[in-house]
Amino acid sequence: MSAMSAPAPAPIAIERLVKIYKTIPAVDGISFTLAAGSITGLLGGNGAGKTTTIATIMGLTTPTSGRVTVLGADMPRQRYRVLHRMNFESPYVAMPMRLTIRQNLTVFGMLYGVRDLPHRIAELGEQLELTELLDRPTGKLSDGQKTRVALAKGLINSPELLLLDEPTASLDPDTADWVRGRLESYRRERNATVLIASHNMAEVERLCDRVIIMKRGRIEDDDTPPKLLARYGRRTLEEVFLDVARGRGIQHEAAQ
Amino acid sequence: MILRSDSAFAFAPRRAAAMTLRYWYLLRSSWPRLVDLVYWPTVQMVTWGFLQYYIMQNAGFFARAGGTFIGAVLLWDILFRGQLGFSISFMEEMWARNIGNLMMSPLRPFEFISALMVMSIVRLSIGLIPVTILAVVFFGFNLYGMGFALVAFFINLMLTSWAVGIFVSGLVLRNGLGAENLAWSIMFLFMPLTCVYYPVTTLPVWLQPVAWLLPPTYVFEGMRTLLIQKVFRPDLMVDALALNVVFFAAGVFAFLKLLQSARRHGALIQTGE
Repeated sequence: MSAMSAPAPAPIAIERLVKIYKTIPAVDGISFTLAAGSITGLLGGNGAGKTTTIATIMGLTTPTSGRVTVLGADMPRQRYRVLHRMNFESPYVAMPMRLTIRQNLTVFGMLYGVRDLPHRIAELGEQLELTELLDRPTGKLSDGQKTRVALAKGLINSPELLLLDEPTASLDPDTADWVRGRLESYRRERNATVLIASHNMAEVERLCDRVIIMKRGRIEDDDTPPKLLARYGRRTLEEVFLDVARGRGIQHEAAQ
Repeated sequence: MILRSDSAFAFAPRRAAAMTLRYWYLLRSSWPRLVDLVYWPTVQMVTWGFLQYYIMQNAGFFARAGGTFIGAVLLWDILFRGQLGFSISFMEEMWARNIGNLMMSPLRPFEFISALMVMSIVRLSIGLIPVTILAVVFFGFNLYGMGFALVAFFINLMLTSWAVGIFVSGLVLRNGLGAENLAWSIMFLFMPLTCVYYPVTTLPVWLQPVAWLLPPTYVFEGMRTLLIQKVFRPDLMVDALALNVVFFAAGVFAFLKLLQSARRHGALIQTGE
C-alpha cells in the first residue's frame, strides 16, 4: 500500500451504541473498534448484550442510537455494500436439514457470489474434513459434524470479517480444539478479523488477542488477556469473568 | 432507473436462482411434501365433482351450468394453493431456523420474494396438473378447454395469491411462528366474499361492493359467465388486473415495513414462537 493511500476502514467501529427493546436497554452506550486481522472475544453472562451487539453488527437489528460501521459501511443502512465480505456462524442458527452439505454450500455460495463454487466446496470439504460427508443430508450428521458444516458455510465466501457466536458449544473437547485450530489458521492465512461471543473462557484465552467483557449492556473491561489477568490478579480468564460478573472489581491493582 | 449493485432494490438472478434451487432440493428430497401437494386438491375435486354430478341429474339449471362446481374448485385451488405454496416455502426457513442465515446474507428482499413466487408455481403445478387430468377422466371436465380465458384467470389468481402470501410472510417474520396459522387460514376469509361457488348477486346488497373490491370475485364471476353463457368477459379480467396491481403493491409495501419493524424490534434474531 502506498503511503498516500487512505487507510482501510476498521473492520468494525462502534460508537456509543444503544439498543432498547421497548423500555429495556439491551446495549447501553458501548464503543469499540476492532483492528484488521485481530481475534476479539466478546464475553458476558446471559443478557449482557453480546447477541444484540453481534446482531447489530450484522445489520439484523437497527440501533436505537449510536453508530455501527462495518468495513466502512453504516449498518444497517449500507449493509448490502459489505454483507458479501463478512459471514457468521452459530450453533443457534441452523441450516436446512434435508439438504445435503453440498446442496447447502451450493445455495449459500450462490447467495454470496462465490466464483468456481465446486472448487471452493471441495477445498472446504478437505480443510474441514467433510469430503466424505458432502452428499449426506445435514440433519443426519453428528453435532460435531454440523458445527463443521456451519463453519464451512461461514467460510464459503472467504470473509474478511467473521462473526462467531459460541462456535464450539456442545462439542467434545477434541472437536472443539480442532475447530479452534481451524479458526487460528484461517485468520493467519487470510488476515481475517474475527469476533467471537463465547462463554468458554479457555477458548477465549487461547484464541483472542483482545477481550471485551460486557455486563448489563455495558462494557465492563476491555484489554488483552495477559493484561486482564494481571489487572485482576487472577490466573485464568474464568476467574476474571467471575470477578466482573459478581461485581468484585479489580483486586490486584487495588492491592498494589 | 439504474440501480447500484449494493442497493437494497438491486436484483441478481443468481441469488434468486439460489433460493429457488434451495426449495427444489427440499421438495425433491421429501416424498411426503410431494404427496401433500396432490392429496388435498384431489380429495376436493372428487368430492365436489360427485356433488355436481348428483345435482346435474336433478336440476335443469345445473344441467346447463355444467362444470361450474369443478371449475370453481380448481380455480379456488389455484388461489389457495398458490398462496400456500408461497407461504410454506417461506415458513420452511422459519422451521429450519435458517432465516437468520438468509437475512445476514447478500440476498435482497425482492430476490427472496421472486424465488418464493417461482416455487409457488412449481408446487401448484405438481399438485394441480394431475388433478386437472383426473377431472377429465372422472367427470369429463376439461379445465384447459377454457383456452385463453384460463390464462387470464390464472394470472389474476396467482397475483392475488402472491400478494396475500407476501403479506402473511411479513407478518410471520415480524411476529414469529405464532402467526403461522394465518398462512393456512387467511385465504378462507376470501372464500365467502369472492363468491367462489355462487354469483355475487347472492350476497346481501350491502356486501356486494366489498366483494367487488377483491380481484378473485371477477375471476369466479368470469368463469361462471364462460361456462354458463359461453361468453368470455375481458372487462372483468382487466378490472381484476387493476385491483391486483394495487393488492400486490400493498403486499410488498407491508412486507418491507414489517421487515423494517422486525429489525427494529430484534425479531430477526428470535424467530421462534
